[in-house]
Amino acid sequence: MTAILARGLIKTYGDLTAVDHVDLEVGEGEFVGVLGPNGAGKTTLLEMIEGLRRPDGGEVRVLGEAVWPRNGGLQARIGVQLQASSFFERLTVREQIHTFASLYGVGRAPADEWLERVGLVDKISTRVEDLSGGQAQRLSIACALVHDPELVFLDEPTSALDPQARRNLWDLLSSINDAGRTVVLTTHHMDEAEALCDRVAVMDRGRVLVLDTPASLVRGLDAPARITVAPGVLDHAAALELPGVAEVEHDDLDGIVLVTRDPSTVLAELATSRRLDGVRVQTGTLEDVFLSLTGREYRA
Amino acid sequence: MSYHRSAFWALSVAILRGFLRDKASVFFAVIFPLMFLVLFGGLFSSQDQSKVDLVQVGDVALVDELPDGAREAFEDTFEVTRSDDLAAAIEEVRKGDADVVLEQRGDELIAHYTQTEQVKAAITQGTLRALVDGTNVALSGEPPRFSLSSAAVEDDSLTTIQFVTPGLLGWAIAMSAAFGAAATLQGWRQSKLLRRLQLAPVGTGTVVAARIAVTLTIALVQLAVFVGLAAAAFGLQLTGSWWMSLPLVVVGTLCFMAVGLFAGAVAKTVEGAVNLANFLVLPMAFLSGSFFPLDGAPTWLQRFSDLLPLKHLNEGMLDVMVRGQGPGSAVVPLLILAAFAVVITALAAKLFRWDTT
Repeated sequence: MTAILARGLIKTYGDLTAVDHVDLEVGEGEFVGVLGPNGAGKTTLLEMIEGLRRPDGGEVRVLGEAVWPRNGGLQARIGVQLQASSFFERLTVREQIHTFASLYGVGRAPADEWLERVGLVDKISTRVEDLSGGQAQRLSIACALVHDPELVFLDEPTSALDPQARRNLWDLLSSINDAGRTVVLTTHHMDEAEALCDRVAVMDRGRVLVLDTPASLVRGLDAPARITVAPGVLDHAAALELPGVAEVEHDDLDGIVLVTRDPSTVLAELATSRRLDGVRVQTGTLEDVFLSLTGREYRA
Repeated sequence: MSYHRSAFWALSVAILRGFLRDKASVFFAVIFPLMFLVLFGGLFSSQDQSKVDLVQVGDVALVDELPDGAREAFEDTFEVTRSDDLAAAIEEVRKGDADVVLEQRGDELIAHYTQTEQVKAAITQGTLRALVDGTNVALSGEPPRFSLSSAAVEDDSLTTIQFVTPGLLGWAIAMSAAFGAAATLQGWRQSKLLRRLQLAPVGTGTVVAARIAVTLTIALVQLAVFVGLAAAAFGLQLTGSWWMSLPLVVVGTLCFMAVGLFAGAVAKTVEGAVNLANFLVLPMAFLSGSFFPLDGAPTWLQRFSDLLPLKHLNEGMLDVMVRGQGPGSAVVPLLILAAFAVVITALAAKLFRWDTT
């Protein structure tokens, strides 16, 4: 069964077409990322799928049901974490999740279990205003999951987190997906999408430009590999003579960079001449895909 | 259905906790109006009872030889000190340390007073004239032909506190209902909690009902605290149909929650919403007679105040709480307040947006 089936979704605000004929199909148990610059239409697209906004055209079915008008039965099967920390003011961590649990008719014991899973047990008596950014994100995710939803939407869950907190959160998000839930995530971090998502949709100007696995997207980019050799190992002339090397760039700090479309041959050559020490290989990344699709100019 | 009830309770408890932990809100909803009550009730009512400071210079036979009953009445009105220095005593009056200097020259009783204290001057003149007249009549040996007895229209315990309690209570209820609704709507919209609640399987009705239930609870606690303090400390006496103040408080709260919703719907930030609510409620309190009676105000102002919901809340409360009117007197104010609530809510709903973008 498909978790999300969207056909020809349109949303316009005055002259602006925020979402322009978007099709999206997400299978059950999939982890799908939605990438795109600011203002690409990611949030509007998700809000239509979540049933918060009525599409101007097209149709959405979620878990086999229509999302509009508001459908309480469906809402109980969906969990949504919004960008901001949407909490009741001045409640403690525990009171907060208990309140959300009551809204879904869930008892206190499962709510407390979620606090344990997101590592907030020693913070249960802390007021939400006194939580760090990472703790607030984890609480907000726990509140989104408290009713054990089949489908989870996460809107930029790791923005404004330090690297440790981000990696910890990745583990949590993977475990949510491993338990069989479908997860839809928006993010600005390409490494995050690469690490977590089965498939990635890149959006710009209201359209979905591509939708595929991170690996095929990178492969489809057909970008050359860049092999960096430690300084002093190779000189420019010798580098250019290596079989398979298309171009040689100098990097003052790191040494010489060999640009090639045939990394296996170049690496084999380097290996036989015992020049592999300190070598670094960089193939295309999702970031390259993103930039080649959406361009480099600043967005609002 | 029990599931909706548990959602209602959970939301109500969450909102109430949020309110009670916000010291500024509690202060402005409960303590701040009470300070005004203490100020008005304590300060202004004590003025009524204060005696006139009278300095008696030399012997004043008329006073010294008063019969016992008259002497008691005299001492209820005047606080008598004695002096032998007329010039110094008059100087005391001039400086405001005493209110009147009394001396007797032969058969003439002379009172020196200052006109800056008009009320006390009037009391002094009236009392002394009555004393002189009474003595003249007694000396003539004829029984007096006419007598005067006066009776106030209101309960004879009517003091300042009777008038200020209903008005200040109306203001307090208007303020906390409007601020609560304005701050909740804006705060929840800013934090996207409104969106978050929209995503949960609870109806908008449940969320609104919880917010109303909490505000009503706060308003009824305000009523109890206000009336309790005014009765215990300042001698407030409620008249027969005081219990009709309960529906008045309830409908008044709904009306001013609508004002707060309107402010929350119009403003873009929490501060803006609270300021706008304040801007609407505080001048209205002045013009609706919350702080002083409007009887002396110009007619056009009294007409204008009829357009303000708070005026009708205040009048209704005065009628049933202290003027001794029957329960029926609250019906018209109740209907007017309900109409205001409906119209303002409809206006707020028209202006309402789910989020700020």
